[in-house]
Amino acid sequence: MGIDRRKFIKYAGLTTVAGILGKNPIDALADDEIAVSSEPLKPIVGKRWAMVVDLKKCRQKEGCHDCIDACHHIHNVPDFDNPKDEVKWIWKDHFKHAFVEQEHEYISDEVKHTEILLLCNHCDDAPCVRVCPTQATWKRDDGIVMMDMHRCIGCRYCLVACPYGSRSFNWRDPRPFIKETDPDFPTRMRGVVEKCNFCAERLAKGQMPACVEVCSEGCLVFGDLEDPESEVRELLRSNFTIRRKPGLGTKPEVYYIV
Amino acid sequence: MLEKALYGDKKYWSLVFILGGFILLGLFFYLKQYNTGLTITGLGRDVSWGFYIAQLTFLVGVAASAVMVVLPYYLHNFKVFGKITILGEFLAISSVTMCMLFVVVDLGQPFRMLNMFLHPSLNSVLFWDSVVLSVYLLLNLIIGWTLLGAERKGIAPPRWVKPIILLSIPWAISIHTVTAFLYCGLAARPFWMTAVLAPRFLASAFAAGPALLILFSFILKKYTKFDAGKEAVQKLAMIATYAMLANIFFILMEIFTAFYSNIPEHIDHFKFLFVGLQGNTLMVPWMWASSILAVIAALLLVIPKSRNNTTTLGIACVAVFLSIWIDKGMGMIVAGFTPSPLHVVVDYWPTWPELFISIGIYAIGLLMITGLYKIALSVRGEA
Repeated sequence: MGIDRRKFIKYAGLTTVAGILGKNPIDALADDEIAVSSEPLKPIVGKRWAMVVDLKKCRQKEGCHDCIDACHHIHNVPDFDNPKDEVKWIWKDHFKHAFVEQEHEYISDEVKHTEILLLCNHCDDAPCVRVCPTQATWKRDDGIVMMDMHRCIGCRYCLVACPYGSRSFNWRDPRPFIKETDPDFPTRMRGVVEKCNFCAERLAKGQMPACVEVCSEGCLVFGDLEDPESEVRELLRSNFTIRRKPGLGTKPEVYYIV
Repeated sequence: MLEKALYGDKKYWSLVFILGGFILLGLFFYLKQYNTGLTITGLGRDVSWGFYIAQLTFLVGVAASAVMVVLPYYLHNFKVFGKITILGEFLAISSVTMCMLFVVVDLGQPFRMLNMFLHPSLNSVLFWDSVVLSVYLLLNLIIGWTLLGAERKGIAPPRWVKPIILLSIPWAISIHTVTAFLYCGLAARPFWMTAVLAPRFLASAFAAGPALLILFSFILKKYTKFDAGKEAVQKLAMIATYAMLANIFFILMEIFTAFYSNIPEHIDHFKFLFVGLQGNTLMVPWMWASSILAVIAALLLVIPKSRNNTTTLGIACVAVFLSIWIDKGMGMIVAGFTPSPLHVVVDYWPTWPELFISIGIYAIGLLMITGLYKIALSVRGEA
């Protein structure tokens, strides 16, 4: 379903470009001038995407928010500067909020005081997908939980169902609050829900997710769980990892090395 | 028959115009909300459903409670309810309409609403809730209109309406069950994750609905020639009594399970409601008021002397209605969000625009009831 839509948008875009240039769209497609790049894009494909967050490394660089900035910039996430209207795709919070049931009085200072990177878990059995009344949020075959902001009716049932607070609603028009609009990614209108998409649009162009790419410490590792040779599998083999609220049966696909 | 709503005395028209004024005020604020977004409500990232959805929940109960007059009358041939059955059905019609409006005003993109039926998602309870509510509205429109039409012509109602009436009985149960399923199947929200939620919703509905019908019949008796009859009122009072006791019983079950098991994520929501959590005590006075009203109502209803007395029965019915409205229309939804899954307490309180939009919808419902009751009474020459 996602592939079809993407193809459609691509062709629709090319047709529009051709229209502007005053050429027959069929000719335009065959025309070398219009071709987006001389080298065909090679999408990164996987069977089940997952992420490992190495908090040991992340802790080394306290106060760093490169990944958050990069993500929010390329995805045109608005900055309202008030928690009520806030929209966020990736953010940091304390251990006691990230791992509510794991918190205890005598937890090490190191864990207690450093903030933990949070984002959509792209659950295998995602409650948000289950409750959406319009299929505006759905799961791709490679495990990415996608969001169609054009179909969303803004009922916010997914916000209610998500156990991780990973979804945001546009309580007001976000466009005036985008610091610097990136033309490569659509902006949103008020009244729809959005969230992290594991950079599906970048994977399609052969790029790694922005947060992974920008992290200078290599704290974030993204890869295919079905590939036994992948880096995520290697990290999961050699480290003790935890996930958020595993008891709920959502099977989150973001793993943490504490 | 509709034209009968267009003839009335001064009192009737004053009521219509007052309600119309509130509707216009609500519309004004809704346009404001439509233009600026839901940011003008008290809702936010952490408490993403609030007053609107709470009213939906409460009113689904009022709508479902029509079954408490329909069932004895049609299934058990309980003739005493002959006069008020139509009032129950018309109450259901206006309540379901209000429910639907409360869903619409809560949507971020209301013009895309039909996506729910263009791209139906069979695993979404919200989809099923809109299906059962729409069908329930249709059933009651058909039943109410056909029966009243037959009565006007002085003939027996057509035979085809009987199976529709029988269908409306389990359907009434279904609308509140599915509404409970909206909440009780969410792993993220421990407060609602209780199998007793649907039974509790039904019990509170079958107390609040009949209590409201009793109050309506008192008002009608005072201002019109309509008289439901003492026996009908007493039977309704009996139904409200048992339902209210069942409701209180279910709430106590919830409290025992949460506190004896001592699981923090279950207890915290009750703490938020009754003693406050992390310094937030917004709901505390309301929930205690609801509890005290519940006890007063239960006592007045259980004691035969006060149940038989019109004044004390009236007080009991107001207490039942207010107690359950606070519980479902204020506490139930917000407590599910407080604390959040990340164990954060965020203050939520409805804003003025949110309240005026809600009052506008209630005014639409009351206007419908006024008009429909006017029609029903005119047909019977009791207006």
